[in-house]
Amino acid sequence: MTSPTKAEGSGPSVALDPELASTTEADKPKKLEGRSPGQLMWQRFRRDRTGMISAGVVIFFFVVSALAPVISSLYGKNPYTLYAQEPDYPFLLDDFAMPTGTFGGVSGEFWFGVEPKLGRDVFTMLLYGIRNSLYMALVLTTLCVVTGVLIGLVSGYFGGKVDYWLGRVTDFFLSFPNQLFFIAFMPIVTAMFVSPTDETPTYLRVVAIILVMWFLGWMSLARLVRGSVLSLREREFVEAAKVSGASRWRIVRKEILPNVVTPILVQATYTLPSSILNIAFLSFVGVGLVEPTPDWGRMFAIGADTYEQDPAFLLFPGAALVIFILAFNLLGDSVRDAFDPKTGR
Amino acid sequence: MSDNLTLPEQQGATGTSVETLLEVEGLTKHFPIYGGFPIKRKVGAVQAVDGVDLTVGVGESVGLVGESGCGKSTTGRLITRLLEPTGGKISYAGQDITHASRRQLAPVRSEIQMIFQDPYSSLNPRQTVGTIIKSPMEVNGINPEGGREKKVRELLELVGLNPEHYNRFPHEFSGGQRQRIGVARALALNPKLIVADEPVSALDVSIQAQVVNLLQKVQEEMGIAFLFIAHDLAVVRHFSQRVAVMYLGKVVEVGDRDSIYNRPRHPYTHALLSAVPEVAVDDEADDKERIRLAGDVPSPIHPPSGCRFRTRCWKAQDKCASEEPPLIQLSGNREGHLTACHFPEDPTTEPRAEDVVMDPALKALEDGETEEPAAKTAGD
Ligand SMILES: Nc1ncnc2c1ncn2[C@@H]1O[C@H](COP(=O)(O)OP(=O)(O)OP(=O)(O)O)[C@@H](O)[C@H]1O
Ligand code: SF4
Ligand SMILES: [Mg+2]
Repeated sequence: MTSPTKAEGSGPSVALDPELASTTEADKPKKLEGRSPGQLMWQRFRRDRTGMISAGVVIFFFVVSALAPVISSLYGKNPYTLYAQEPDYPFLLDDFAMPTGTFGGVSGEFWFGVEPKLGRDVFTMLLYGIRNSLYMALVLTTLCVVTGVLIGLVSGYFGGKVDYWLGRVTDFFLSFPNQLFFIAFMPIVTAMFVSPTDETPTYLRVVAIILVMWFLGWMSLARLVRGSVLSLREREFVEAAKVSGASRWRIVRKEILPNVVTPILVQATYTLPSSILNIAFLSFVGVGLVEPTPDWGRMFAIGADTYEQDPAFLLFPGAALVIFILAFNLLGDSVRDAFDPKTGR
Repeated sequence: MSDNLTLPEQQGATGTSVETLLEVEGLTKHFPIYGGFPIKRKVGAVQAVDGVDLTVGVGESVGLVGESGCGKSTTGRLITRLLEPTGGKISYAGQDITHASRRQLAPVRSEIQMIFQDPYSSLNPRQTVGTIIKSPMEVNGINPEGGREKKVRELLELVGLNPEHYNRFPHEFSGGQRQRIGVARALALNPKLIVADEPVSALDVSIQAQVVNLLQKVQEEMGIAFLFIAHDLAVVRHFSQRVAVMYLGKVVEVGDRDSIYNRPRHPYTHALLSAVPEVAVDDEADDKERIRLAGDVPSPIHPPSGCRFRTRCWKAQDKCASEEPPLIQLSGNREGHLTACHFPEDPTTEPRAEDVVMDPALKALEDGETEEPAAKTAGD
């Protein structure tokens, strides 16, 4: 939390004495609208070049995945067609089902090359893979944030027994080994919806992935929010609200929540990239999305199979992932610095 | 209840004749202490407030004074019902509000307001000044003529701030200005009683007087009753018509201003008075009695038996340990001047034949150098 005193020191704010204020107010009426903590934060953020660049990269990824259908129709290909079998593109793959062209088959037709074995277009595969991962990660992050904030708020504000039991539940979930749990429970969760002998529709797989990861994704935020609320609850402005007769709900909504937005936002910017990594991990080990749905994580699985013959295939999905995760984490750091100029580093 | 607002003859020196607004009887607050392993259970209690009796008249200003940790804030929070009393009774305008729930309290909620000690934590950093002052009106559904914003601007002007500060945020203000915002917020509901918990202790000395003057103006012009909490007698001197002195969870002496400042009977009041830094306003200033207490306030977990002040009192005798002195009007005291002491001091603040110096180290020091006693101040 930015303490007000700190904010005063770092921002170019003016603090006049009432006596002085009454004499000098006439000549600067334009300055009087005041800057909110949010505006100050935005100013600090804009001065942070790393933050601005990573924000640009992140926005670029979001725009590209939102526009994936448009881009691929302009580009004239899709991620499902096996171009090696199309008569238009002879000799796309050699006898060993590896791309014939240089560098994984990169050409004017296939910007990022051709997939080994099946001969699909890497560019659109990646495009849609990123799109699917991002959407899932967004939904997942939203769910985790909402759950974490709710649980954190309740246990922090109400305290006592409620806090104790919610705390134990949080501890319990924290003690699960994440990745083992994901792998073990994905089939179980899917089986809850469809019988294992039938084919699972893609949307169900998506729901299952999100459910399983949501289950173990909300705890860190709940703890964070609980801690902030615990300290805010004792602040005198909360007591002032109580003295004025405000209900508990109003106090939580108007007095406490606006003050925990900062840590929530910062935490969310860290949660999203880690969700992407987790989703990719699931697909990589084969319990996430399956063929033919394009998926970022599964491209690594394909690449891992053939990297000795066709190392170029891994380059584009790998670089995209590294750039995205890096940019998002840097963005998270910058957001935190902008909110809290005195902490960190 | 609106007929309560008839302004009393405020200057009535004794201040006891006015209609009672707030009455507190035997108010008690014990904070339980939990301990033990593996099963936590109650192992004791902090007796923060232990049987406080207090009345505040309509439009009257009462000072509540005592050392740090003696339970002043707790008393204030009990009266504003931020804390649930362990025992005793609080009645406001004849209505028992001791254990009233939030809903039951609703009709009188707006009439009892509070000003807080720390101007940095008493304003929500994420809200504008306008929102902060407006919130109480929203909560209570009050729609003043001309709208809430107009009222807020009027309040800002009243407390000496620029009405144009409406859209500013708390971090843009100094401590004194913030405290003024806190005052404006308390006034937003047209309260009849304001509990001010050390409203100036966190402020720069030069700003303190300004804020006290503001509160005094508010109190006199709007006829609001004040319970002004302070840790020394200097701050409340010009503000309060009556003063209650607290020690370790109990009121040890209460009376009108004149009685407390000029005819105190309780040894603790004498000690507090002698610690008031006196600006030499009149020639009496220098020839004041000197009392230097030793040691700290005992722990409120295990308060001394009998009179709680006995561990630091220079007049303590066996009776003080066995019998708790009742808060009564001693012979020779004015009406309403109550003291809880078995062996009260003379009602004067004239210097004594010999200074009371309880601190052994300080005593040794003073005996060594007989001259220039003026340079010495209290060992805080
Ligand atoms: N919530 C609480 N839980 C346990 N003990 C408490 C609590 N609040 C106050 N106390 C204890 O009660 C006693 C009185 O505290 P209080 O805050 O009323 O003192 P005070 O007279 O206002 O002191 P100060 O001048 O420092 O503000 C202290 O010993 C304090 O430790
Ligand atoms: S009762 Fe005894 S110990 Fe208490 S103040 Fe009076 S003389 Fe001192
Ligand atoms: Mg206090």
